[in-house]
Amino acid sequence: MNWAACVPMAAGLAAAPLLTSVINRTKAFFAGRQGPPLLQPYYDLAKLLGKGAVYSRTTTWVFRAGPVVGLAGAVGVLALIPAAGLPALAAFPVDWIVFAYVLSLGRFFTVLAALDTGSAFEGMGASREVFFAALAEPALFLALAALAILSRNLSLSGILSGLQPGLWMEKGPALALVVGALFVVLLAENARIPVDDPNTHLELTMIHEGMVLDHCGVDLAFIQYSAGLKLWALSAIIVSLVLPVRAGSPALDSAAFLAGMAGLSVAVGTVESCMARLRLLRVPALLLGACALAALALVLVLR
Amino acid sequence: MHLILVSAGVILLGGLAALSVRSRRWASLLGAGSAAAGSLIGLVPALRAALGAPPESFGFGWPLPGAALSLELDPLAGFFLAVTLALSAVTAVYGVRYLQSTPGERSLGPAWFCFNLLVASMMLVLLAGNGILFLLGWETMALASFFLVAFESEKASTRDAGWVYLVATHLGGAFLLALFVLFARAAGSFEFEAWMGTTLGASTGSFFILAVIGFGTKAGFMPLHVWLPEAHPAAPSHVSALMSGVMIKTGIYGLLRMSSLLGPPPAWWGGLLIGIGLSSGVLGVLFALAQHDLKRLLAYHSVENIGIIALGLGLGLLGMSSGSCTLAALGFGGGLLHVLNHALFKGLLFLGAGSVLHGTGTRRIDDLGGLLKRMPWTGGAFLVGSAAISGLPPLNGFISELLIFCAAIFCVLHPSSPGIVTAGIAAVAGLALIGGLAAACFAKAFGVVFLGEPRTEAARGAHEAGPAMLIPMGALAASCFLIGALPVTVVRALGPLLNQVSGFPLPDIDRVLAEAAGIMAGVGSVIGIVLAAAAAAAGLRAWLQAGRSRETAETWDCGYARPTARMQYTASSFAQPLISLFSPLLRTRERLHGREGFFPKTADWSTETRDASREMLFEPLFNGARQVLGRMRGFQHGQMQIYVLYVVVTLLLLLAVSLRAAP
Repeated sequence: MNWAACVPMAAGLAAAPLLTSVINRTKAFFAGRQGPPLLQPYYDLAKLLGKGAVYSRTTTWVFRAGPVVGLAGAVGVLALIPAAGLPALAAFPVDWIVFAYVLSLGRFFTVLAALDTGSAFEGMGASREVFFAALAEPALFLALAALAILSRNLSLSGILSGLQPGLWMEKGPALALVVGALFVVLLAENARIPVDDPNTHLELTMIHEGMVLDHCGVDLAFIQYSAGLKLWALSAIIVSLVLPVRAGSPALDSAAFLAGMAGLSVAVGTVESCMARLRLLRVPALLLGACALAALALVLVLR
Repeated sequence: MHLILVSAGVILLGGLAALSVRSRRWASLLGAGSAAAGSLIGLVPALRAALGAPPESFGFGWPLPGAALSLELDPLAGFFLAVTLALSAVTAVYGVRYLQSTPGERSLGPAWFCFNLLVASMMLVLLAGNGILFLLGWETMALASFFLVAFESEKASTRDAGWVYLVATHLGGAFLLALFVLFARAAGSFEFEAWMGTTLGASTGSFFILAVIGFGTKAGFMPLHVWLPEAHPAAPSHVSALMSGVMIKTGIYGLLRMSSLLGPPPAWWGGLLIGIGLSSGVLGVLFALAQHDLKRLLAYHSVENIGIIALGLGLGLLGMSSGSCTLAALGFGGGLLHVLNHALFKGLLFLGAGSVLHGTGTRRIDDLGGLLKRMPWTGGAFLVGSAAISGLPPLNGFISELLIFCAAIFCVLHPSSPGIVTAGIAAVAGLALIGGLAAACFAKAFGVVFLGEPRTEAARGAHEAGPAMLIPMGALAASCFLIGALPVTVVRALGPLLNQVSGFPLPDIDRVLAEAAGIMAGVGSVIGIVLAAAAAAAGLRAWLQAGRSRETAETWDCGYARPTARMQYTASSFAQPLISLFSPLLRTRERLHGREGFFPKTADWSTETRDASREMLFEPLFNGARQVLGRMRGFQHGQMQIYVLYVVVTLLLLLAVSLRAAP
């Protein structure tokens, strides 16, 4: 057993909630507030894990399965993500397709759990979630396919740890397009502005938060934690692309990686502070734009 | 081969016996029992052949000119036969209880006779080694399934559906007839063996087009699919399962058989199938999203899945034409495995829809809701089928789609020609879109039908199906899991089949399959992590929640105190964002009534999506044909003397022509 392969996953499991808190601190900075402490997400999780449960009379076992499958999917996704030059726990050719489909599995059950409550708000959230996910899927696939061709490697670990800084000189435009497409996918998949507003408390405008209105206690903790894991997984891909630092010492590589993760969260927070949520009808244009960026990257790579 | 003949004999005799008895009960038991027993007998040699037993043949002459009773069991036929027989056995068992619950005192003998005849004729189609024998089987299959579609013939909609099916299937049949006659003329015989290696020269391409149209009509390629959304909902559910699960696959089989007889494929054949596959896949799932009838939705998903299969086969043909064994093995492997997978999960879903219809009396998605509490087993099975058809791991649909993805990525990574790269990119993006849309569609289908609160009294009073219907569904659900759990074994078993289809040597194919099996092992490890995490999370929650307060309450409704079931999202509202985005393709009609004045009291909104190719292609075509042919009606008076005059005039004309031609 190669213990080094467990490090990226363990780091993700431990540190994922921190990203949310960096985003929140950034938003607080822009708003002129001090913001919650960095460890606030952990306090929230601990509080939620200690609570009892209220379940709706309408629900069935599907409702209870939703958070569990969602969390399991997020953990499975994390097992495929390399970090700081270290390979992931599981790495094999075309594992990025498995990555996308395991994400889908979690989403499918979250959506079903939302529909299980019979609430119009949750139905609305579920409908929008599948709408945007279906459009984000081609962008994700095309972007990852472009990366696979670029690095002549088929597994996520191979792609991301084989990346050299020199590649940016050589294939800069294509890489930049891929990063752009993946950033949009990250915003959409993690329900951030401009696709969805995690802070809104008007049910009609919520997507992800709308879907989980009826979850509480341990279930809600699972949902929030898996949202953190998903954010970590997609961020790690982007950071490994943007900062392919290979200083030679694991400590330096890891420091660069973690700094990159923090920087990306600041970027997400900045986007959230400077933009309003797009009108729902405009979001498809954004996602199709990401598809176009990824397709363009693919063409540039093949040229 | 002898076991196959025994199996066909049992099925046919059982059908005849069912026809001859009077009691509904005995007809069902005889028909279904013989169909199931015969299928199980035939499954043994079929599986053996599919897994690489040496091909067997059987034949003797026949007084009909050109025809011979020659049967041929090779890996390709064996594979399709195994799929057909497995699903036939399961659907026959399900059908016993399902048909007995149909209202009225109608005799069931004819229905079972047709069912068994359908199974036997599909066997004949798959085994035939002679063109005339093949066409005989093909026509018998079409007629037997027509009578099954028209089973509830007292309903006007059913008669209409049967009529559409009959016309469509004969249109396709006409193309096949032309193809077979032309091919036989070129080869000098109707024997497939003689066709093999016949040099056709320039006409090869047109023969392939004829095969695509003829077989594509049966398989349901867009835009030839018009009969599927009519016939599948009208037929009894176990027949829909059989037709959608395996009968339409005889079109895929025919296409594969014909392309192997036509010789080495040029690249454009692959490109054509990829194009058909992508358009069928994307449009099939979009039209499915817009449907309100559960079985009609499933029928459109058959179009989508046939598209995925065609995509795989197209990539395989590209591999053959470019001499790449890897591409051929991955493409054909994914496509053929999807044939099996689709038979399993679509069979399961149609049986599930049948149980819903049986338990509530309606197929309208928007009239249902909350069925999971009333029909827990049916709901569970339907959920398994929904996840499988959406291509979600750890179920079987994911395995075959992953193989096709691999083929598409191989195209992009090894760009031997611009066409191959374009095909690869289109296939990756298209499959990703299809996957996302299919998940959306089945979230809608399962969510609106089985979750939430019942929307009508019919749904409130639903009852679970009996064990005779649940056990077949359970068997199909278990096999979806089994293939998903053993992908390495399944992928490795495809060797002999792919060797025959692609023509590449077996050791090369086994090398590709070993690589694919390595990927599948990786998939297995990720699925293992997911399952372990799920178990851990469920255990943690149970441990944490033990001894704490656990209440039940109303669903949160923002403080509104009297929520009703009518406030729930419906199938129409759930799909609305996607439908309106793709409205140029779907041309959904919306109707809004009663939103007038300053204080409108009641209002209702409904959508209807008619089939675009039926409205824009076939209806103008048929209306045009009717107008042209209507003019000919003037010749028909029903008066004998005038008909005699026609004969005399024709004879005189022929005489004149032959006199001129003679020296």
